[in-house]
Amino acid sequence: MRFANISRRRMLQTTAAVALGGSLPLSRARAADTTVGFIYVGSRDDYGYNQAHAQGAAALKSMPGIKVVEEEKVPETEAVEKTMESMINLDGAKLLFPTSFGYYNPHMLKMAVKYPAIRFEHCGGLWTEKDPKNAGSYFGYIDESVHISGIVAGHQTKSGKLGFVAAKPIPQVLRNINSFILGAQLANPKATLQVIFTGDWSMPVKEAEATNSLVDQGVDVITCHVDGPKTVVENAARRGAMVCGYHVNQSTLAPQAYLTGAEWNWEVLYPRFVKMFTNGETIPNFYRGGLKEQIVKVSPYGAMVGEAARKQADDVKAKLTAGDYVIFKGPISDNKGKMVIASGIERGQKDPELEKMDYLVNGVIGATS
Amino acid sequence: MKADVGAPVAPAAARPSLREAIGLKIGGAAEYVVIPALALAASLGLFGLFVALFGKNPLDLYFYMYQGAFGTWFSWQNTLTRAAPLILTALCTALPAQLGMVIIGGEGALLIGALTATSAALAMGAAPPLVVQIVMAGAGMIGGGVWIMLSGGLRHYRGVNETISSLLLVYIALAVLNYLVEGPMRDPTSLNKPSTRDIGAANMIGTIPGTDVHWGFVFGIVAAVLSYILIYHTVFGFAARVAGGNIRTAKLVGLGVGKLILITCFLAGAAAGLAGTMEVAAVQGRVNANLAAGYGFSGILVAFLARQNPLAVIPIAILLGGIGASGGLLQRRLGLPDASVLVLQGTIFLVVLASDSLYGRLGFLRRRAP
Repeated sequence: MRFANISRRRMLQTTAAVALGGSLPLSRARAADTTVGFIYVGSRDDYGYNQAHAQGAAALKSMPGIKVVEEEKVPETEAVEKTMESMINLDGAKLLFPTSFGYYNPHMLKMAVKYPAIRFEHCGGLWTEKDPKNAGSYFGYIDESVHISGIVAGHQTKSGKLGFVAAKPIPQVLRNINSFILGAQLANPKATLQVIFTGDWSMPVKEAEATNSLVDQGVDVITCHVDGPKTVVENAARRGAMVCGYHVNQSTLAPQAYLTGAEWNWEVLYPRFVKMFTNGETIPNFYRGGLKEQIVKVSPYGAMVGEAARKQADDVKAKLTAGDYVIFKGPISDNKGKMVIASGIERGQKDPELEKMDYLVNGVIGATS
Repeated sequence: MKADVGAPVAPAAARPSLREAIGLKIGGAAEYVVIPALALAASLGLFGLFVALFGKNPLDLYFYMYQGAFGTWFSWQNTLTRAAPLILTALCTALPAQLGMVIIGGEGALLIGALTATSAALAMGAAPPLVVQIVMAGAGMIGGGVWIMLSGGLRHYRGVNETISSLLLVYIALAVLNYLVEGPMRDPTSLNKPSTRDIGAANMIGTIPGTDVHWGFVFGIVAAVLSYILIYHTVFGFAARVAGGNIRTAKLVGLGVGKLILITCFLAGAAAGLAGTMEVAAVQGRVNANLAAGYGFSGILVAFLARQNPLAVIPIAILLGGIGASGGLLQRRLGLPDASVLVLQGTIFLVVLASDSLYGRLGFLRRRAP
């Protein structure tokens, strides 16, 4: 009966393991602590969207009485609902940050109804009056930082040809593209921007192909709006082009080629939210802002950025930070010749018309569909 | 892949005594439980070593895995919720396997099923919810079924390798989905997340009473049991297994191989299409890129681990659901990266496949001599 022996031994081991495990302290949050949960759709070190949030989460870890739990690569399916519930039920989380755009509807809304005592904060700016009051959504006007990148790019380009690797032709992305070329045209009115859509948020192979094809066409400054800009930044630098980053600072990936970049500033926003939460104040359900509110920032300029570029970029940045500068100021026509913002009309940061953007402005080479 | 389930035939060289015969029979059946269980234990042991290399305590690992997957009622529901789509997508690989076909395109059938089901629901307008739900399920199953039938047809009539064609059809399905969602079927209010219109809260399929687990789990079990009966207890299933064993023999004895292939592929795709329907009708409420979450691909793993047996698909899907459910806790408590769950899945897959060589070789299971 050899087998029975093995089985008994294994049985004993298993029992021991379970018993030992059971006696381990269940690292559950103490009552005095506030546990905050972060959920990412990709990996935390993607040099992009998710890393920006993880940096914000990291900023909380030094706050006294705050415990941070994190989970990465959670798909936008029922899995994220279960992750939220698991953080609530098993970790005792009281404040949750499901950070991906697609987590909001139906997943986060469903959980907000089910757990009315828990606070949910989503990145995307989607909250409306009919949504639960314990749910909130925030977002940053990062097109302001992209505009600054555009100014620097316009100064630094030699060929006058800029390139943009974009995921999907949705309003948020189109706004960044348009903001970039409008900035570049301040420095170089003849600048053009070739845009390539890859079709999805994380497509490293297509992103690399797009970058190469842009360089082949004579483009010498490239930027992007995809989840992880690492591929674009590294490939562009390898091919001798300059880059403007996105989401987080990618200068360590290509110090010789990194001009500047548009970054999120969640390191400032998240501690602000958590302080409101622990002080018992209500976090506004709908929270948006730009450079002025410190929700976005601009990467430090690379060493190669010239004096004229720095001066104009700093000048516009100061005006944006003061809140008296409008990027989308008429007359602006799209790249098919149609007037989209008439002369004399200023579409400021919070103008709802900009949320519906479906055009590429004059100077952009590419199509939205 | 051979359909090797049920007790193997005892060697008939010497007539065994009744007692011996029963022993052989039980021993043979026990193999199908003991060997996978040993393989599972071995892979957990290997994974423990792997985790120990990262300086984590393997005992913590096992405890958190148990806690996250089965330790509380919440964990159980988490596990079963994750298992629901896997049962159905696993059938998409397990059914054609009876015919010796390796279909790995369940993801495509899931996406197409979700699209056809949603189109049907949106076209129905204000019909009673039960009618809408039944029509959705029918449309989803037909959509998914036809999609995999394409692979079956290409194989039978044109000799195209069904593994390759079904995989390539996944990418076509994804492109079709993206095109429809971003174009003709797009809800104009879905600005930054292109989606179809919502099927409406009234048409959503609820959860099993007293749980968070949606009805897709029950449908999965029903589909798995029906598949088992079809394959092992009907003439059709017998014919399919004969054709899977030797297609020339099947043709020689006059079996309609083409019909067998097409019907089996249709049923396989219908299962995945139903999974897609459930993702829409019980979870998402609309079609968008979220649906391509890889359930179809995880289903392949489930089917192979279950050795293509439709009944075994159920516990294996629950096991993989449990691993998925515990993955979050491993990240949060042990600070392991998300990929560690994939390492575990890969380890299990390899060890189970390697354990195939143990069948019929474990003496203690064979000769339970008095």
